[in-house]
Amino acid sequence: MRIPHPLARSLVTVRNWPVLIDLAIAGAALAAFFAMISTGVYWLSKPVPVVAISSSIGVLPVYAFYSIVRMAIAYCLSLTFAIAYGYIAAYNPRIEPWMIGVLDILQSIPVLSFLPPVVLAMVALIPGHQLGIEMAVIFLIFTGQVWNLAFSFYSSLKTIPREMIEASRVYRYSGWQRFWQLEMPYAAIGLVWNSIVSVAGGWFALIFCETFTMGNRNFQLPGLGSYIQTATFDGNVRALVSGIGAVVLIVVATDQLLWRPLIAWSDKFKFEQVEASERVTSPILTLLRRSAFLGAVPGRIWNSLQEPLLRRLARSKETRIVHPVDESASRRPSPALWLLGVAVFAAICWAAVQAALLLRTLTWPDLRLLLEGAAATFLRVNAALLISAAWTIPVGVAIGFNPRVARIVQPLAQIMASVPATAFFPVLLIFLVRLGGGLGIGSIALMLLGTQWYILFNVIAGAMSIPSDLREVARLFHFSRWQRWTRLILPGIFPYLLTGMVTASGGAWNASVMAEYSRVKGHTLEVIGLGAQIDAATDTGRFAMLLLATIFISLMVVTMNRLVWRRLYRLAETRFKLEA
Amino acid sequence: MQNTNTLKEKWMPNRAAEAIIRAEKIEKYYQQPNESRIQVISATDLSIQPGEILALLGPSGSGKSTMLRMLSGLSTPSAGQVFWHGSPIREAEVNVSIVFQSFALFPWLTVLENVAAPLQARGVSPAERRERSLRMLDTVGLDGFEAAYPKELSGGMKQRVGFARALVVEPEVLFMDEPFSALDVLTADNLRSELLELWTKKTMPTRAVFLVTHNIEEAVLLADRIIVLGRNPGHIRTDFRVKLPHPRDRKSATFTQLVDYIYKVLTRPDVAPAEAPAQAAGPRAPEQKQRYQMLPHTRPGGIAGLLELLLDKGGRDDMYRLADDLSFEIDDLLPIVEAAQMLGFLHVEEGDAVITAEGTEFANSEILRQKELFRDAAMAHVLLLRQIRRALETKSDNTVPEDFFLDMLDEQFSEEESLRQMETAVAWGRYAELFDYDAGRRRFVLPDSQEEEAAAGEEAH
Repeated sequence: MRIPHPLARSLVTVRNWPVLIDLAIAGAALAAFFAMISTGVYWLSKPVPVVAISSSIGVLPVYAFYSIVRMAIAYCLSLTFAIAYGYIAAYNPRIEPWMIGVLDILQSIPVLSFLPPVVLAMVALIPGHQLGIEMAVIFLIFTGQVWNLAFSFYSSLKTIPREMIEASRVYRYSGWQRFWQLEMPYAAIGLVWNSIVSVAGGWFALIFCETFTMGNRNFQLPGLGSYIQTATFDGNVRALVSGIGAVVLIVVATDQLLWRPLIAWSDKFKFEQVEASERVTSPILTLLRRSAFLGAVPGRIWNSLQEPLLRRLARSKETRIVHPVDESASRRPSPALWLLGVAVFAAICWAAVQAALLLRTLTWPDLRLLLEGAAATFLRVNAALLISAAWTIPVGVAIGFNPRVARIVQPLAQIMASVPATAFFPVLLIFLVRLGGGLGIGSIALMLLGTQWYILFNVIAGAMSIPSDLREVARLFHFSRWQRWTRLILPGIFPYLLTGMVTASGGAWNASVMAEYSRVKGHTLEVIGLGAQIDAATDTGRFAMLLLATIFISLMVVTMNRLVWRRLYRLAETRFKLEA
Repeated sequence: MQNTNTLKEKWMPNRAAEAIIRAEKIEKYYQQPNESRIQVISATDLSIQPGEILALLGPSGSGKSTMLRMLSGLSTPSAGQVFWHGSPIREAEVNVSIVFQSFALFPWLTVLENVAAPLQARGVSPAERRERSLRMLDTVGLDGFEAAYPKELSGGMKQRVGFARALVVEPEVLFMDEPFSALDVLTADNLRSELLELWTKKTMPTRAVFLVTHNIEEAVLLADRIIVLGRNPGHIRTDFRVKLPHPRDRKSATFTQLVDYIYKVLTRPDVAPAEAPAQAAGPRAPEQKQRYQMLPHTRPGGIAGLLELLLDKGGRDDMYRLADDLSFEIDDLLPIVEAAQMLGFLHVEEGDAVITAEGTEFANSEILRQKELFRDAAMAHVLLLRQIRRALETKSDNTVPEDFFLDMLDEQFSEEESLRQMETAVAWGRYAELFDYDAGRRRFVLPDSQEEEAAAGEEAH
């Protein structure tokens, strides 16, 4: 079985917009930060009721239900937003570079560093209710999910074969028909695979976000995440284990009941001219397909809704003429739009300056602390990556070269990658505390939890993709072990390994925020690091510190992406691509 | 002279009122950031007339596909205008289809859904959609495949779906962008002849076909009119009619002449193209509306002499060397070659005269047999001789006045030329003993012996 789309974090590989856009986007982000903080501070005096989290196992189904609803709402929002965003970006050349620039930067920033300001702002906007926190959590899950979905949809639209577009034009498809018959089907496979990654990321954020402490205030929502965290804080192992069990159960069920049928179903959207010999199968999908009711009724309802619309569209002016493919969509923007643009620009400038002024309160020791923290976190993240790679490459290759084992392990690794590492953190923490060790090594171990599965999964896929004739050549010419690895295996798995590493590095940065600063059984465990600074600053309400730490993390991630990962990606696409 | 002029006018593309699509000085260029522009197609006039298959030939990079896209409204010219029935194509309700090289079928739709999709876009009701699509699938020979997905089909069948999808909307102009080049040779051949059948039998409601191809034979096989593009930037090098009736014989001399001609135009981009060769009607389609071939003014004896010489040389020789051996000027030799070619005794290949099987038999036979062979060949290939003979056979007195045929020739040739044609026809007919000519009465008569036979036949009826 060949895995056509490894779990991947999509990366903008070709940057064709000026630095100016990057700067502008950074400015806008600063401004947004300032806006959120100031609303938050303004409203902070208002009381917010705290929901007590029960630790009895009986409430677990209800909590699980709450968490799933949160996930579902966030996912639907992300999907809708991603499709709209991708669509607008792909069809409006004037704003396309801006929108892709925003995507590139925002998907690099670890979501969790935005947690404090977002919660503050949301709570402030809807004071006196749980709804504010609810919305903050949903919004955070949303930001964690949306970018790779949007990028996937956008790049699918951009890669639709030209003749397919021409066919839809010359046969005078309406926008509606084009969307459902060409664009959505073409993007479907990418959307399904990216949804798997997105939802996994969503669980990761959800578990962490449901409970959140700031100063002496607790923001809590009933849900699996807060259940697990409360159990950790109380040292209640039984509750902890059952909470984690519930999360794993949900993840496995999602995989079996949702993703596998979806993957098998999306197979029909594969853009291939010949039939593939092997494909993903799903008993659930077979069952669904066998049902006569499901086979006919949804299609009939859909058609009865669609037919009048199609007939109406066919009469409209839009579908009576053939629209040129090279139609320049750039009309002159109206003066009102210009004015609005200028106003927004001015507001952004002002807010960005204000945010920058906020940084004045920082002292030199603060800055030194942050720099030290940045260095420590950087080392920790990369150590976690290296350790993951060091064990997953040999293991993954061994598994990948053995098809029978691979068939069993591959889906398991995929599920493991989907289980949020945040759920396992507490177990590890309790273990560490019992041992009496600090977080120094512990935090790396915590990051490992989040990173290794992505790499393992992708390495297996890479090893399986190495053609057997190449392996036979290596055997025929009696390659030494060293030659085998340097000439065949490493180059062969390189693109896959890279995809895994990029995804894992994103996960590791995200994990740093929680791995470096934790509370177990009433203690606070802490090591030097940016993540710890962010948490500490949130606890003490030092917004300047929080802002600068977030800027540092974002800068490092963006720089790493631009300088290292993107270059390697291009190398993978050109030199190490194994053509089928 | 006047006659030839009106004919010429008919072939020329500039009759704007009739054209379905007319392009006026269309250009395509891409503006470079540094103010310079890359010219892809220089200002070009072109029009698509009803009733014709127009083939656009050209080397790669000559902008064939770009031209197709501008004419179909898929691409906007950088300068100039395209008109659909006289109104700008951007605002007109254009009814065209395109058959793509890559088929461009939607892999997630079944064959039937693929074909029905364009009807869906036009708001046709589901029942009618299904019925029309099924009928069209039947027409292209895909009956029973409606539930299959494109990836389950072979390349040829996929392109059939492509044709069905294109034809189901009953387009006025059917555009084809190298529709056969992704298929293997046999499949392509098959599809081509089926397409031609649909076209000649008017099974498809299409009024004009525009074919982009880089395959010279394909163009000559299908097209009524061929435009050859040159490159750097794209421009029209030559635009001529193909007058061979369908179905065309690839092995016929006129066919190969045309192919050679286009090949020469394409391979010598720096030389201004010569006139397209005059085309004799092929032997395969005598029933079409007939025009007289121009008979080369030569005597049958000359033809026999040439064939015997050619046989001595092994059946094939360069024409210049032949002329040399006979101490002829090439201009004197050419009518003889042409005559032999017309009768199917030889054909011309890259400047070589090559004797055919019939020619070999002719050269090897004694005089009476030669006459017989000549008679058969003349009846098969030369319209005028056949008509005279048929007329004589059907008339009860077995004579026909010469004026009758002269009048018909006059429609096509100048008066002087008609007389010379008649002179040649008489010489050939006498030699072949097809008929006799009574110079005093200026009438054709059946030869004596055959007159009796004909009379006997008449009585038997």
